[in-house]
Amino acid sequence: MAMIRIIDIGMNHETAPVEVRELLSFGEKDRDKAFHDIQAVKNIKEYLLLSTCNRVEILFTTEREKQVRESVITFLSRVSGIARDELTPLLYIYDDQEAIRHIFRVGASLDSMMLGEPQILGQVKEAYRIAVDTKSSSVILNRLMHRTFSLAKRIRTNTGIAGSAVSISFAAVELAKKIFGDLKGKGVLLMGAGEMAELAATYLLKNKVARILVANRTFSRAVDLAEQFQGSAISFDEIEGQLPGVDIVITSTASPEPIISFDQAKRIMKVRKNRPLFFIDIAVPRNVEPRVNEIGNVFVYDIDDLKGIIDDNVGKRQAEAIKAERMVDEEVLKFSAWLRTLEVVPTIKELQQKCERIFQGELQRTLSGLKDLTPEQRKGFERMAKSITKKLLNDPIVFLKGKGERGSQDLYLDIARKLFNLDGDAREDDE
Amino acid sequence: MDSVFFRLTLSLYLVATGGFLYFILKRNKKAGIWSHRILILGFVLHTVSLLMEYYHLGAVPGLSFKSSLAFFSWAIVAAYIIFQARFRILVLGSFVVPLSVILMILSSTIPISPVTVRPIFKGLLLPVHVTASLLGDGIFVIAFIAGIMYLIQEHQIKTKRLGAFYARLPSLNILDSINYYAISYGFLLLSIGMITGSIVAQSAHGTYWRWDPKEVWSLLTWLSYAVLLHQRMAVGWRGRRSALMAIGCFFVLIFTFLGVNLLMEGYHSFESLEGKPWP
Repeated sequence: MAMIRIIDIGMNHETAPVEVRELLSFGEKDRDKAFHDIQAVKNIKEYLLLSTCNRVEILFTTEREKQVRESVITFLSRVSGIARDELTPLLYIYDDQEAIRHIFRVGASLDSMMLGEPQILGQVKEAYRIAVDTKSSSVILNRLMHRTFSLAKRIRTNTGIAGSAVSISFAAVELAKKIFGDLKGKGVLLMGAGEMAELAATYLLKNKVARILVANRTFSRAVDLAEQFQGSAISFDEIEGQLPGVDIVITSTASPEPIISFDQAKRIMKVRKNRPLFFIDIAVPRNVEPRVNEIGNVFVYDIDDLKGIIDDNVGKRQAEAIKAERMVDEEVLKFSAWLRTLEVVPTIKELQQKCERIFQGELQRTLSGLKDLTPEQRKGFERMAKSITKKLLNDPIVFLKGKGERGSQDLYLDIARKLFNLDGDAREDDE
Repeated sequence: MDSVFFRLTLSLYLVATGGFLYFILKRNKKAGIWSHRILILGFVLHTVSLLMEYYHLGAVPGLSFKSSLAFFSWAIVAAYIIFQARFRILVLGSFVVPLSVILMILSSTIPISPVTVRPIFKGLLLPVHVTASLLGDGIFVIAFIAGIMYLIQEHQIKTKRLGAFYARLPSLNILDSINYYAISYGFLLLSIGMITGSIVAQSAHGTYWRWDPKEVWSLLTWLSYAVLLHQRMAVGWRGRRSALMAIGCFFVLIFTFLGVNLLMEGYHSFESLEGKPWP
């Protein structure tokens, strides 16, 4: 009897360059076609296709591992247009326990470029949903994926792997929350433009800040940005007049000299009656004089400060990942044990069927010779036959199931099949 | 021997302390929530134990050092429960509850001594005086602890070294609001305590004010908090300065509560409260 294998073939940001990954990133349309193609692979049983910008994975089960593996690589080579020889070194192939571990790690964001990033779980869930819709997922993958999801959730809540901010903008917003608590109703001034500054402004808007003012040397650019954030544009000369009314200032202008000076900040704080003021200075060279940070209730973070926080946070995540890996190990063991009990099932079934057949045959033969029996007596005989089958098989079944959770299962499965001649010629069986 | 209620209270407070410490160390929210529930149960028993003492004694249970400590501990927990309901910051419990447990343990180590209850202690005004003063003190404890939390958190943010406390402590804004509320309400209660106290004094000694050390130090405490409140409301002090001053005022308060009663002579010292003749 061939064994069911779980295989994962794929590539990620570490094994393949983006040019190659692009070729294999299946859009919504290509995905249906890809599913169709995979379905056509002979002897593939269950399968799932995960395609994100950082990885492509085909996870499948089969009893003919070699042949299906080759077909899947051929399929990938055909879709990407890359010759097999060139493609193979970019791929990883995980079998059984390693495949289980791999999908657990992917789901838990342990295999992501940014450790603990949250999108991947959603992408894996989506991939699974499609597999369920196309009925390409069954007993094994269903359970494997559900384990993946619950493990990912457990790792997220019980370890700090996704705990602290790892992007500049996010770290800045997190700091703002630690200063102001609720950001609702706060005013934001955006000086200058730039990707990071705009991203920070977007996060702040998501946190329901009341208004965003945009100042820019080119007023038309300010107007554009203000429109984007549903704020209002102001000219550079108005900045000092507006500072008492805002709480968070994001600066990213190209000015070679600081725009906010120590004395100016002191003046502003007096007008503000010391209400806290937070400068997020993303500009290089800096737009806010560093000494401003010394003023009470004023907080100045420049780009290096924010980078420093992120480095710390990445370190924290890596430390937490060790805990997460241990949880993955435990889950892999549990799942493998379940998988082995699954392998026992066909043998047990065949064993039961065989005994049933023998007893039924003997029962009929015996009963046909005993014509005077009342229906109750006949029933009694039948009951006896059934309970003998059950009791006789009880110990062997318990033994085989137990082996599923320990090692050495294959050996005993083999012995059991030979002992009861489950694979042998049917002729010897009953007649 | 302490009453059953007292001992039950102490045990529950101890459990809550353990839970609150586990909560802040492991950031286990469930531990925090359950500690809070256990603390409230302990507080109810504590209240019962104080009421029973009041009933048996016929006077407010704050005439000896022993009972004052237990009463103060009650006031701190009461203040914590009020502020927790208002601001929802469980981590406050991790700081406050160990403190009130220490006071309870101290109280339990002092043997019970018989107290002569003077007729003047039996009036209705004295319980108001003691309860208002102690509750005010309890609220000032919250201001003190919020001040310390503020300084830790502000230091981390200013120096850009976000350590273990960064995620555990609430935002500066909330800590500053606690400071403001605590000082306002604490000041109100302290004022009530002092006014009722002087009325009690008037009926006991025939004069509202005798420049007794307790009276002088209470006035000093009251003035310190009055200055802080004024600076906050009129001058716009907030944040670090206000936190620092709340901590400073608290040391004056503690001296008034402990130092004066234990070290100095006067009709307000525990020795004389417990029955020694008044000087």
